Amino acid sequence: MDNIKRNEQGYLEDFSQWTKEVGTEIAKEKEIEMTEEHWKVISYLQEKHENEESLSIRGIKKSGVVNIKEFYNLFPGGPLKISTMIAGIPKPKSCI
Amino acid sequence: MATKVKKMLFILSKATIDNVYAAFIMANGARMEGIDAEIFFTFFGLEAIQKKKLDHLHVATVGNPAMHMPTLLGSLPGMEAVATKMMKKEMEKLDMPPIGEFLEILSDSGVSLWACKLAVEMFHLEEKDLIDDLDGILTIGDFYNRANEDGTQMLFI
Repeated sequence: MDNIKRNEQGYLEDFSQWTKEVGTEIAKEKEIEMTEEHWKVISYLQEKHENEESLSIRGIKKSGVVNIKEFYNLFPGGPLKISTMIAGIPKPKSCI
Repeated sequence: MATKVKKMLFILSKATIDNVYAAFIMANGARMEGIDAEIFFTFFGLEAIQKKKLDHLHVATVGNPAMHMPTLLGSLPGMEAVATKMMKKEMEKLDMPPIGEFLEILSDSGVSLWACKLAVEMFHLEEKDLIDDLDGILTIGDFYNRANEDGTQMLFI
């Protein structure tokens, strides 16, 4: 993890440095034990990011990958900002 | 970053779209930051949780200086509907959900939604008139009790 560049909030600066191991380590910092369900959400977020689609809670609702209640359960304490950090992508800028 | 705000309590007393969305966006934004949030709907704010009314809220064209139109013009029939339609179109562009869907999102996100007992009685409403996701009908005293912990902020809209 030492050579992984992260900004002051903890987000990766360069997605090419992301691996599942890196994601797992960031999750541990947030006291989250990654499961298959978590990874499904992470893949969805990365796919959205790659297609340059903006992320929002409404998008999560429509995703078909996870519903909002599960999303909050999987990533407690600010689900979208924590899950994007684990996914190695920037923190979403949207207010919704 | 740790935040000192732990819980946001909103009192929504108005039914114009701009006020309702302000409350909803702030409540949702709080949850997204890991802050607890609750909304107490009182007086005209109750329209936002009435099944029959929530999809028909309007922008105020009269008495609203930000509309930049003379009061007389704003009071013409259909003017509110036009202004509301325009605003809803802009909101949709920003992926802002309609009121009904937004309430679902809030409830699923763990925002407690309360109706004010006094206002419910004043408008002769019954529980069946209100959304299914409602957490209950409270007095203002009950609501104050929910603020009785460190790091709680209360906002009147």
